[in-house]
Amino acid sequence: MIPPAFDYVRPDTLEEAVRVLAEAGEEAKVLAGGQSLLPLLRLRLAFPELVVDVGRIPGLRGVREDGDTLVIGALTTHHDVVHDPLVRRYAGLLAQATETVADPAVRHRGTLGGSLAHADPAGDLPAVALALDAELVAVGPGGRRSVPAGEFFADYLQTALAPDELLVEVRVPEREGWGFRYEKFHRVSQSWAMVGVAALVRRADGRIAEARIGLTNMGPTPLRATAAEQALAGAADPGAVARAAGSAAEGTRPSRDASASPEYRAHLARVLTERAVLAAAGTG
Amino acid sequence: MTHISVTVDGTVYEDEVEPRLLLVHYLRDRLGLTGTPVGCDTSNCGACTVELDGMSVKSCTVLAVQADGGEVTTVQGLARDGAWTPLQRAFHERHALQCGYCTPGMIMAARDLLRENPHPTSGEVRQALEGNLCRCTGYQNIVRAVLAAAEETTGETAGQDSAAGDGASGRRTASGQEVTA
Ligand SMILES: Cc1cc2nc3c(=O)[nH]c(=O)nc-3n(C[C@H](O)[C@H](O)[C@H](O)COP(=O)(O)OP(=O)(O)OC[C@H]3O[C@@H](n4cnc5c(N)ncnc54)[C@H](O)[C@@H]3O)c2cc1C
Ligand code: FES
Ligand code: FES
Repeated sequence: MIPPAFDYVRPDTLEEAVRVLAEAGEEAKVLAGGQSLLPLLRLRLAFPELVVDVGRIPGLRGVREDGDTLVIGALTTHHDVVHDPLVRRYAGLLAQATETVADPAVRHRGTLGGSLAHADPAGDLPAVALALDAELVAVGPGGRRSVPAGEFFADYLQTALAPDELLVEVRVPEREGWGFRYEKFHRVSQSWAMVGVAALVRRADGRIAEARIGLTNMGPTPLRATAAEQALAGAADPGAVARAAGSAAEGTRPSRDASASPEYRAHLARVLTERAVLAAAGTG
Repeated sequence: MTHISVTVDGTVYEDEVEPRLLLVHYLRDRLGLTGTPVGCDTSNCGACTVELDGMSVKSCTVLAVQADGGEVTTVQGLARDGAWTPLQRAFHERHALQCGYCTPGMIMAARDLLRENPHPTSGEVRQALEGNLCRCTGYQNIVRAVLAAAEETTGETAGQDSAAGDGASGRRTASGQEVTA
């Protein structure tokens, strides 16, 4: 379908973008890669009066290091994230999960910031941001602030961003020596996750010393599998991992839709957690 | 209306467009380049795949205003002086199409793959075409055609033919008028 009519601006600077957003209030929508917003517009599920295209604002794309933190510009495309040597070295989980997002053409345009700001419960990258303990940096009329991933995702498609705030960068603590794995269950390779599990594992003395697990599509927001994380500490063999993974769905609120029931999603969370942790423990 | 200037298959076009106009509709309805079809409403099928600034995109999921200043290559811009590229020839020779609706998108996506990976395995070809649906062939011959094109040429000629099309280059408006500026 043809999108509803809207006005369009393409600010050249961050300051100008924030000013335009502040003036337009709730009626404006930010456009980054457009790979979620344009499908919504085409299906006439969104009716913004003004679309603010931030796609060409300089300085918001690319990856750099700041001490032992990886700083990824919000406009960095999925394609660039997958191929970036710094991301692959210090946040391999993010590169691996991003490679499962959609298909090559979508990954050429879709952005990391857009995926996080869109906050789709089936989106792969929010759970990864949680597992990686990322900080999301926003800029608005009041200046700059940093929000931990754990506080960023508020509800279904809702984040801590105000309508006049832009997500500008994603800061990820560098992790070397951690094993990682993103396990995604979906019916065809370009589709969204029915359930996804993002696992990070640090091993010491032949045991799992610490595990961090993010869950995709197990509730209206991404979640940590806290009970399983605690049970995994000290696990020394596959049996112990399997037992710990049994609590992966505790405290979750998975939805029912055409592809899965809540019970089936809980089952998937347990199975995928076991697979992801075993794989992560092997890649460390 | 927003002014855009965009190069399509080697020709520069200057136009006033509504911001909501999708790139695919600009190509088809304004420029008459109907070689790029629309196969879905959900950004899933990939039939509309073109190249924007050297990378494959779904032209139904890009606004024409986002292509302002950019360079677009459609399937119609691949052949030179009427001679097909190795990929086009391989699709023809290996019977990689039946109705042909998915073919422009398949060729544009495969071209993108061969540029990044000139010698893919069949698994890599399938992975690279994950965003392109075919309702007819069962994909086997599409994969064979891409592998054949990769084999026939170096990745350079299979994937990197530049945007020059059959038509004369120059600056034109949507109605085909040459402009000078
Ligand atoms: C066919 C298809 C399959 C897909 N499959 C998957 C999948 O398997 N997994 C997955 O995770 N995703 C999937 N996606 C979505 C894809 O990852 C999108 O790229 C992503 O969700 C949005 O990023 P974007 O840059 O395109 O954002 P846009 O579409 O431009 O914007 C999305 C939303 O975020 C807001 N926004 C964007 N950037 C900012 C910013 N910097 N600051 C504030 N707000 C901002 C916009 O206002 C809008 O509300 C798929 C998309 C398609 C079309
Ligand atoms: S028409 Fe563009 S993806 Fe189907
Ligand atoms: S040949 Fe008919 S859809 Fe592919």
